[in-house]
Amino acid sequence: MPHDDPDHPHALLPPDPALRVKALETILTRKGLIDPAALDEIIDTYQNKIGPQNGAQVVARAWHDPEFRAALLQDATVAVTDLGYFGRQGEHMVVVENTPDLHNMVVCTLCSCYPWPLLGIPPAWYKSDAYRARVVREPRKVLAEFGVTLPEKTAVRVWDSTAEVRYLVIPMQPEGSKNLDLDALAALVTRDSMIGTGLAQEPS
Amino acid sequence: MTRVHDMGGRFGDGPVIPDNADAPVFATEWHARALAVTLACGALGRWNIDISRHARERLSPRDYTGFSYYEKWIAALADLLVERGVLTKADLIGQGDDDAHPLTLKILKANSVAAALAHGGPADRNSEVRAKFSIGQAVSCRHPAANHLVDGGHTRLPAYAAGARGYILRQHGSHVLPDSNAHDLGEAPEPLYAVRFAASELWAHPEHANDQVVLDLWQSYLAPL
Repeated sequence: MPHDDPDHPHALLPPDPALRVKALETILTRKGLIDPAALDEIIDTYQNKIGPQNGAQVVARAWHDPEFRAALLQDATVAVTDLGYFGRQGEHMVVVENTPDLHNMVVCTLCSCYPWPLLGIPPAWYKSDAYRARVVREPRKVLAEFGVTLPEKTAVRVWDSTAEVRYLVIPMQPEGSKNLDLDALAALVTRDSMIGTGLAQEPS
Repeated sequence: MTRVHDMGGRFGDGPVIPDNADAPVFATEWHARALAVTLACGALGRWNIDISRHARERLSPRDYTGFSYYEKWIAALADLLVERGVLTKADLIGQGDDDAHPLTLKILKANSVAAALAHGGPADRNSEVRAKFSIGQAVSCRHPAANHLVDGGHTRLPAYAAGARGYILRQHGSHVLPDSNAHDLGEAPEPLYAVRFAASELWAHPEHANDQVVLDLWQSYLAPL
């Protein structure tokens, strides 16, 4: 196989992206290599079944249950699998915890690695050149673009997901949320707070 | 030495634009189809995740920069389908044959999707390679950041960490080595570590003296200090 083929086969497909995808789907379906119903099933899974609501349940439980929190920090893959969250792009999980001294953020500078079983498909900004290029070098400027300013004493630790290990951030639990039940706690946990570009919401 | 995807630390990209909380998972229908076609083709078993990442990285710099996210996916998929012998160039222009395809038995059916997504593709393996580093140990990264098996080949050591000195933060066990697996040279599993670097080790003007970056790095990327 040529390593760098100057004659990329993709150039043979229609240039318009929607037509390009449609052309490929049509060719593969006619050859019996893909099942359009399977594509619908994949899309339904990530559009409706798997998303940041899963990660929010994990964080809420970590806030609520010290034993679960300890197990999660010890071996996140086992702990979240026990809650039913596992699979593609979440095979090896590590959960890291924000504290007053340390704020964690997650990126994939080389592509777009992201913990799918807990957060779903990454948002456009996570996959953008601007986020990938900048967050490792100037995380505080990036945070400001999300409306977040950290105290001077808080260090930032950015996790660049360069292997098949996927990271989830436990945001700091908001003051005044100690007596809430799991569902009320989960409602405070935003997607961005589990990537590290946001904070958990204050209870109203 | 580098390819255009290796952009960590780059200047000039402008602001990050956060989305709204209610933004749809897929901005348009074809984004969803592009993701689904790519995953379904993966099930044919003609490549692994490292080969597919490298296919995106091998897009020409002009295409990589000009294409939107899912355009990169679909272009790399078309290239892989031809390179790996699933389709021919004639197929792509609608002039292929209608002969029975040898891979039809591998097709991902709708009733297998849930199990396939739940299984995923674990990358941890038993390895003959003994772990050389312990938590807290000082290490330095290979310089230049490059695949040592294949010139211009796939690697997961970003250029911004080339030669940088850091400390072992976590041991992840042994994982498939992308530098080998992306080039049909075998999985070559070896110990994988999370390595912590001071921002001041990586950047000329770090934002804050205490800031850090952590990368997951394979043992062969690292040397003891």
